[in-house]
Amino acid sequence: MTRVVGTRLRRPEGPDKVTGRAMYVADDVPVGCWWGKAIRSPVAHGELLGFELDPAFDFSQVVLVRAADIPGVNVVDLIVDDQPILASDAIEHWGQPLLLVAAADQATLDAAVRAIDVRVRESEPLLDMEAAEVVFKEIVIDKGDVDAALASAPHVLRRTYHTDSQEQMYIEPQGAIAWPEAADGTVLVRGSLQCPYYVQRALARALDIEPARARVVQAATGGGFGGKEEYPSVVACHAALLARAAGQPVAVIYDRHEDLAVTPKRHPARVRHATGYDDDGRLLAMDVDVLLDGGAFTTLSPVVLSRAAIHAAGAYRCDAVRIRGRVVKTNHVPYGAFRGFGAPQVCFAVERQMDAIARERDLHPATLRKRNALRLGDTTATSGRLEESVGSEEVLAKILERTGFEDHPWCQPRPAAGRKRRGAGFSFFFHGAGFTGAGEVHLKAKVDVRLAADGRCEVHSASTEFGQGTVTMFTAIAAEALETGPDDVLVVEPDTGAVPDSGPTVASRTCMVVGGCLARACRELRARIDAHGGQGAEGSFRERARAFLAAGGDGRVEVTYASPPGLVWDDERYEGDAYPAYGWAADYVEVEVDLDTFEVSMERFVSAVDVGKAIQPQLVEGQIEGGSLQALGFAHIEVVGTKDGRFLQDRMATCIIPTTLDAPPMEVLLVEEPFSHGPYGAKGVGELPMDGGAPAVASAIEDALGISIDRVPATPERLAAAWLAAHPEEAL
Amino acid sequence: MSAVSPTSLDAALAALTADTVVLAGGTDLMVEFRTGRTRAENVVDIWRVDELRGIAAEGDGLRLGALTTCAELVRDPLVRERAAILAEAADEVGAEQIKNRATLGGNLGTASPAADLNPVLVALDARVELVSTQGKRELEADAFLRGYRETARRPDELIGAVLIPPPRKRRSAFRKVGTRRAQAISKVVVAATVELEGGVVRSVRAAAGSVAPRTVRLRGLEALVGQQPSADAIAAAVRAVDVTPIDDVRSTAAYRELVLRRVLVTMLGRLCAADE
Amino acid sequence: MSEHEFEVNGVRRTVSADPLRRLLDVLREDLALTGTKEGCGEGECGACTVMIDGEAVNSCLVPVCQVQGARVTTVEGAGLESVQEAFLEEGGAQCGICTPGLIVMTRAWLDTCEREGRVPDEAEARRALAGNLCRCTGYGKVIASALAAAAEGGER
Ligand SMILES: Cc1cc2nc3c(=O)[nH]c(=O)nc-3n(C[C@H](O)[C@H](O)[C@H](O)COP(=O)(O)OP(=O)(O)OC[C@H]3O[C@@H](n4cnc5c(N)ncnc54)[C@H](O)[C@@H]3O)c2cc1C
Ligand code: FES
Ligand code: FES
Repeated sequence: MTRVVGTRLRRPEGPDKVTGRAMYVADDVPVGCWWGKAIRSPVAHGELLGFELDPAFDFSQVVLVRAADIPGVNVVDLIVDDQPILASDAIEHWGQPLLLVAAADQATLDAAVRAIDVRVRESEPLLDMEAAEVVFKEIVIDKGDVDAALASAPHVLRRTYHTDSQEQMYIEPQGAIAWPEAADGTVLVRGSLQCPYYVQRALARALDIEPARARVVQAATGGGFGGKEEYPSVVACHAALLARAAGQPVAVIYDRHEDLAVTPKRHPARVRHATGYDDDGRLLAMDVDVLLDGGAFTTLSPVVLSRAAIHAAGAYRCDAVRIRGRVVKTNHVPYGAFRGFGAPQVCFAVERQMDAIARERDLHPATLRKRNALRLGDTTATSGRLEESVGSEEVLAKILERTGFEDHPWCQPRPAAGRKRRGAGFSFFFHGAGFTGAGEVHLKAKVDVRLAADGRCEVHSASTEFGQGTVTMFTAIAAEALETGPDDVLVVEPDTGAVPDSGPTVASRTCMVVGGCLARACRELRARIDAHGGQGAEGSFRERARAFLAAGGDGRVEVTYASPPGLVWDDERYEGDAYPAYGWAADYVEVEVDLDTFEVSMERFVSAVDVGKAIQPQLVEGQIEGGSLQALGFAHIEVVGTKDGRFLQDRMATCIIPTTLDAPPMEVLLVEEPFSHGPYGAKGVGELPMDGGAPAVASAIEDALGISIDRVPATPERLAAAWLAAHPEEAL
Repeated sequence: MSAVSPTSLDAALAALTADTVVLAGGTDLMVEFRTGRTRAENVVDIWRVDELRGIAAEGDGLRLGALTTCAELVRDPLVRERAAILAEAADEVGAEQIKNRATLGGNLGTASPAADLNPVLVALDARVELVSTQGKRELEADAFLRGYRETARRPDELIGAVLIPPPRKRRSAFRKVGTRRAQAISKVVVAATVELEGGVVRSVRAAAGSVAPRTVRLRGLEALVGQQPSADAIAAAVRAVDVTPIDDVRSTAAYRELVLRRVLVTMLGRLCAADE
Repeated sequence: MSEHEFEVNGVRRTVSADPLRRLLDVLREDLALTGTKEGCGEGECGACTVMIDGEAVNSCLVPVCQVQGARVTTVEGAGLESVQEAFLEEGGAQCGICTPGLIVMTRAWLDTCEREGRVPDEAEARRALAGNLCRCTGYGKVIASALAAAAEGGER
């Protein structure tokens, strides 16, 4: 029995948020702070020739930073050193930063920006990923003899699916404030960010200083969803370079337009499936080809591709699987991290493929899923054996019982009723928790806990809070392990000057990996206190902790993550246990489609999710609901188009996300199949809900209209065109 | 940036010059100032000119002050009774915060092809009252909305009020097709009124937005007058509607045209259904 | 530059500012009330929602000349406690950036319901809060929070 885990704690930082006291980066601009901005490329491809400065403007009031002024390496530190902080000659994408400007106030800054003309030589951009030649990364997964299995399969279905890009649309745009080097040699940056240590490494290389001298503090952060994983390094480097030049703190805070125009979004994808199956719809062979548009620079594309490849065969059992994934270079604004990280794209494709097979075989889609779902003891596409914590059957059972979907005559002819058609759809999916393969082993995430003088336990980690509930969850885990109440726990603000590197706050790893370390650290601390005072000693936790400290006890415990034993991963062959555990889920959606306008209304949404253990059920539900609505938006209304390498939807008025009225009532059914190496059995939940919504909506629209949906977003425009193709008699 | 905020109509009219920018609720202009579409110079803020407010019965019709907000249109019982589709359209403008500021005069003043209230005004045969130091004049809404973001207002005039004729026995309908359920700009917006007598169409007035450079009166439909509104007659009239939509960041020309016609067929079919 | 006099959260303020300066900037920069947030600057997101004479508006679209003599209420103001409490209890705030706007909008909605004798229900809450974008919650817990605040009798 747990005491704190599984209950509902209020967010420790909640009172500040509801009263407006929480300090986001733009809320806390120091006196005397300057304002900075990047001058950007007006073309998608070309060469930078130089800058023309209007002599009418007095440039002595501002500072300029060019590529040549960068003291360290001119790269944004990430995976591959191909993205310059400022372009020096080659221009690879629209909006690429070329020059930095800062001024003491916004008006002077704006005037300076207007007084600078960029001279470029434009060349033809490459914007079609199918025509791309530069491959950032290729991954091949091979299991069994796919060619033979396809050749001998009674039925083979070949189809191609597409998913467009998607904008994270955190409500707080990107921003950072940097201070010039202090007397002790440190450079401080405070910003809206997910991964303080990424930013620290980027700053250290750009400024040519020791990492320890780049101090990165996370301000309250108004949403991230992956969008504040890699890009804050760019913003922070710009701010720090300007602060160095100006000798003043400099704030670089994007307005919404700049944020939408230049920050990375979800990778567009094309996924081809060739699937062999028998008369009963049992999968015999899966041949999948995944192509992602990486945009102009590598950013996190290799890792996104990795997750896309590993999830491309879906949550299904199949003995012959081949997955070939490539992410290629184009002259689009670089694409990057967004919740789901490649999985939503491939999940859409494989789930649509399963529905297509169901239609071919005249099977109910739920039956087909049940028949092929991965179960305990099965092997995944990468040949890893599922040894524990597999909630696949239970999520399927729960959602089908709750929704009665098995009795729904999916895609069967039904009498039309007025100008509206209703439909129901379904998806089944999984998502690996934590870093892929040996990622966690290399990372060696650390957490430390320390008893403060007042006897409270301080939690030090680099895991950031940006809405998902890190602080609350850590409070619960620590309190549980210390066997005390939440008031005795204080999660300190992520500050690279004070917290160890727990790794980035991404990949659904915070709870399972960092939370796991935290639980271990707290148990150890608790054991020390008990050993000192004797178990069951009198007094409150704080009193005992103070007594322990007074007696000279060591109140600091640091824990480094150790992967569960027995995990094997071959990074060359992409074979083995890709993740220590998976979250499992099934989504059910009911829609109503207007036959005049092809608007799709979300009427009902149910999600059954195996999270291992819900440390804080209210937070878990919030994550699932929020992620699911992002997925529903991705499915039908969130459009991100490009023209000549520019995003077309570069204002909030055009780049739309769902409102309260676009969101259906949501029901979350929690399943808890504990994972022995997660804290109290918990696995990750951050990304999972992003994966299944789009295919479920597509399935429901297909049910309503009888036309197949192979691309998202399934906008009214696309539906109308598909409807007319199927009903030529209705053409104008 | 410069602005004056007169508190009387006379003072406001006196402040108008050839290049004045009139500011009402600001929901269009404050965005335009920011994007640079309109320069924030020589602004006359009329928000506190109370003579431009107010909803009043005028005979069996309505007189709506130019500063009437969408929120006021939604809640006012008289508007709901005499111009139900105007209240309905106002309810679909933006969201609550926008409705509290967005004015009828501002919708007319911007003359955006995507405006939601303007097609309703045309369908209701509303008249726009313009005031200046010289006096008043009235124009049909359709004539006032001259082109793409272009109106018949002279620089020395303010939009003073909108006059809605008595509803008589007209049936009316409104349909907005936006990018989402709220806070959405229209991809297609349609308003129509129909008057039937003895099974024959006595009048039809319909207008649409986002299908041409300006709010367009759908004159093609007016061929229904004098006919029995059979499904075939409606279909033929809808086919005769002439619009010139474009592809833009919100939708496509093909979609707009298709949806306009499908919505019209359904809408007219319902308006002309015998049992109402 | 001109003088503008109005009340913010019950306190009289005189601000010297360009008449077209956004109320949002006056609040955040001139009056150091940073609880009101900017998510878009063009009326789309509702993060900058405040009340003017009891009506919810987007402060990024209101020039300061239009609040002359008015009563402005921001998230820092009084009378929001029951709504704040409800958002804490029901999990309506995640990253929190949309929260101040939602709190103010919920208060304005409950006041309207009371004034007009309407019963606050889920459908009404969804309509009232449609101008406040939230990317974290999926809105379920936001609506639950608003309804919980309503159930508190909406009293201040
Ligand atoms: C987030 C958002 C959502 C929106 N949603 C919608 C929507 O759904 N549907 C829709 O139709 N519109 C929408 N709009 C646009 C806008 O709200 C409307 O056009 C509104 O009616 C404008 O009124 P206003 O008082 O705010 O105009 P202002 O911005 O003050 O003025 C608009 C124009 O009208 C002129 N003007 C205003 N009043 C007068 C007058 N009395 N005499 C002479 N000229 C005058 C001004 O000079 C200016 O050119 C939206 C805007 C925003 C920011
Ligand atoms: S900042 Fe005002 S509505 Fe978004
Ligand atoms: S809580 Fe993050 S946007 Fe609403």
